Amino acid sequence: MADLSTNFLGIKSPNPFWLASAPPTDKEYNVVRAFKAGWGGVVWKTLGEDPHVVNVNGPRYGAIYGADRRLLGLNNIELITDRPLEVNLREIKAVKRAWPDRAMIVSLMVPCEEAAWKRILPLVEDTGADGIELNFGCPHGMSERGMGSAVGQVPEYIEMVARWCKANTRMPVIVKLTPNITDIRYPARAAKAGGADAVSLINTISSITSVNLDTMSPEPSIDGKGSHGGYCGPAVKPIALNMVAEIARDPETAGLPISGIGGVTTWRDAAEFLALGCGTVQVCTAAMTYGFKVVEEMKSGLSQWMDEKGHGSIDEIVGRAVPNVTDWQYLNLNYVTKARIDQDSCIKCGRCYAACEDTSHQAISMSEERVFEVIDEECVACNLCVNVCPVENCITMEELEPGTMDTRTGKVVEPDYANWTTHPNNPGACAAE
Amino acid sequence: MTNSPFTPGIVPGRLQPEAYEANFADLHEPLDGHEALVAADRCYFCHDAPCITACPTEIDIPLFIRQIATGTPEAAARTIFHQNILGGMCARVCPTETLCEEACVREIAEGKPVLIGQLQRYATDTLMAAGVHPFTRAAPTGKSVAVVGAGPAGLACAHRLAMHGHEVTIYDARPKGGGLNEYGIAAYKTVENFAEAELDWLMKIGGITLETGKALGVDMTLDSLKAEFDAVFLGMGLAGVNALRADGEDKAGVMDAVGFISDLRQAGDLSALPVGRNVVVIGGGMTAIDAAVQSKLLGAETVTILYRRGRDAMPASRYEQDLAASKGVRIVFNAMPVAVLGNGAVTGVRAEYTRAEGKSLMGTGETFDLPADQVLKAIGQTLGGTPDGLTLSDGKIAVTDAGRTGVSGVWAGGDCASGGEDLTVTAVAEGRDAAEDIHKALVG
Repeated sequence: MADLSTNFLGIKSPNPFWLASAPPTDKEYNVVRAFKAGWGGVVWKTLGEDPHVVNVNGPRYGAIYGADRRLLGLNNIELITDRPLEVNLREIKAVKRAWPDRAMIVSLMVPCEEAAWKRILPLVEDTGADGIELNFGCPHGMSERGMGSAVGQVPEYIEMVARWCKANTRMPVIVKLTPNITDIRYPARAAKAGGADAVSLINTISSITSVNLDTMSPEPSIDGKGSHGGYCGPAVKPIALNMVAEIARDPETAGLPISGIGGVTTWRDAAEFLALGCGTVQVCTAAMTYGFKVVEEMKSGLSQWMDEKGHGSIDEIVGRAVPNVTDWQYLNLNYVTKARIDQDSCIKCGRCYAACEDTSHQAISMSEERVFEVIDEECVACNLCVNVCPVENCITMEELEPGTMDTRTGKVVEPDYANWTTHPNNPGACAAE
Repeated sequence: MTNSPFTPGIVPGRLQPEAYEANFADLHEPLDGHEALVAADRCYFCHDAPCITACPTEIDIPLFIRQIATGTPEAAARTIFHQNILGGMCARVCPTETLCEEACVREIAEGKPVLIGQLQRYATDTLMAAGVHPFTRAAPTGKSVAVVGAGPAGLACAHRLAMHGHEVTIYDARPKGGGLNEYGIAAYKTVENFAEAELDWLMKIGGITLETGKALGVDMTLDSLKAEFDAVFLGMGLAGVNALRADGEDKAGVMDAVGFISDLRQAGDLSALPVGRNVVVIGGGMTAIDAAVQSKLLGAETVTILYRRGRDAMPASRYEQDLAASKGVRIVFNAMPVAVLGNGAVTGVRAEYTRAEGKSLMGTGETFDLPADQVLKAIGQTLGGTPDGLTLSDGKIAVTDAGRTGVSGVWAGGDCASGGEDLTVTAVAEGRDAAEDIHKALVG
């Protein structure tokens, strides 16, 4: 059995699955239920200064669905905790005492003044919490008050606040980053420069999930008006994975511990975040959709996969895929593949044909008997047929061996790696010396 | 009420009154909105979809299902009605298991097709319940067309002609329009007088006059219609019934299954409808199944279908066979009746097992007797009278493309015409296509 335990910044947890700072971690009651269900840790929902904030009294979430009303994306206009600071601190202390083997991180958001941070840090330290996470991410509501993503969008502020926190507490400091920026590497570098021990990402993405076509109000609608919310759930995972990878492979931040967040729904999602350099993952939407029990599948799945691959511990996985994330210009242009359709598993829906014929390269033929076949002379290996096929592994991409003819280009596949930087069509190409 | 399933003879009221309502309730409960969305989500929106090809009326099924999935069942209904104005009835009676749903790629992938028939009903019911007729007529052409028969073929033809601006008069021999939709389909497939409601809804297009109680050859001739109208469409179905050709066919208690079903469909009170204690149905088509199942539902103690060939050759689908079995009907394959037993009234049927020799069937010599107080013949229908001048092909009016008969100005479609399976949906397609051809001929 693989060992799922983690040691992140010295914070130990029995597994890498933490609940993200969010509605599920707002109260002792919920967090105890989560720990009973087997979660490795929680990031307690963001604390602020008293007087505590208030939330809207109408709907707080909007949603995007896939087939069978499967929740693919959730958007949220809930603010940080709307309970008194003292109540939260008392509960955090009680839970940490009762569950010493679980990670207890406390998310914080107070104004950009050192005094404010100096006031709250000792109070959190007193709970026995294992660390803090600076909420520089929430894009809605609090950002209008100069907090949340308003801080996360200015690298200088990130560095400044991180430095204040490091100076005023012995607890590890995790900076939670907003994805609502142009280049995630800048805020990550700022966090590191400020002395932060780790970054966590992504926070939610500014979003409007839908418009009510009867009332012409964005959803969720509060008395006929809507405000952008923070988007999360399976739909944001690709954005999060990329941002995590950007930080993991940036020479300036390489090695900086990362807690990965964004659409982690299954063990597989979690394994992918770990492979791209995350030491732990944080989950919210999956728990909000299915309840805390989903962690059982995450743990058993990750464990089974690690056993199958011979990975004994989480540390052996973390970052394994990072060396394979590169720039487009370094991709091997001599790697040639062609789509292949397995006729035995084909159910003859014709979606590959429609996609290729209408929107790609007319590289799939269709017979009277609805037999679909790839025309190698036209196939550029775009992968769209694979993506739209409803049957897994019915269409695959097969590599052409070096020495074989690519009938599309009329060229023999070269055995050697060659990329854009040396390609004759590249005006800036430098000939290999 | 003293009768029970065990009362000998052909008697009414074998069941408790409330049992009739339960037995003849909708075969499939209509999908509610949630169920429709779940079912619609399974459609893959196939390219040049096999289900469309499998539908005789070529309804754009992926499109209408996508319209349901996106919350516009009314638009879905328009997509359906554009191809098949009797899409509501077809959703109820089509053997989808041998048509669209058999071709569905999810039948191939998982053995569970998208519920196309039930989704079609959801869409068409939604629009019809709103009382909306989705089509309007083109400007009047000044042309008039006679349609003989107000069944699926005649109605589809008349509706399409009316849409194109022609004036249509439909003649039907029976007291009500609808044809087999009204008189010939199992009651549990078309509850709450759906056939009549659909007919009324269809007529909202305008420009169609329905004259009932008028039979071709009795109240008018083909020549008189040709003289009075610019074109004639014949869709009068099959009025005759094949003979059993077994000894004793004239005994009391032997009747045609179509007549039995028709009586049942028109009965105001099912408990007043007599049915035998032991019923034997002869035949292997949908009529045999419908008659057998309904006999059982009326309270017969035993119902047996005798079919002379094997299961695979049975025209009624496996789904229909299983439906019958689930209601307690026994199907005996590879057996044919050789004599109806009894002294005046039927007491039994003597049957002989068969074996196939090439294309013909031979008796094996082994016989067995089934007790019976009622024998229902469902061994096929015939054209009956044929107007002069029409050529026949295999006992039906010979037609070429789009229903043209050998007589100029006369088209035919539905069960009375050659070609196609004798299904409601096929009749609709033939009536519709004939109407388009008539329209082309009339406006040049």
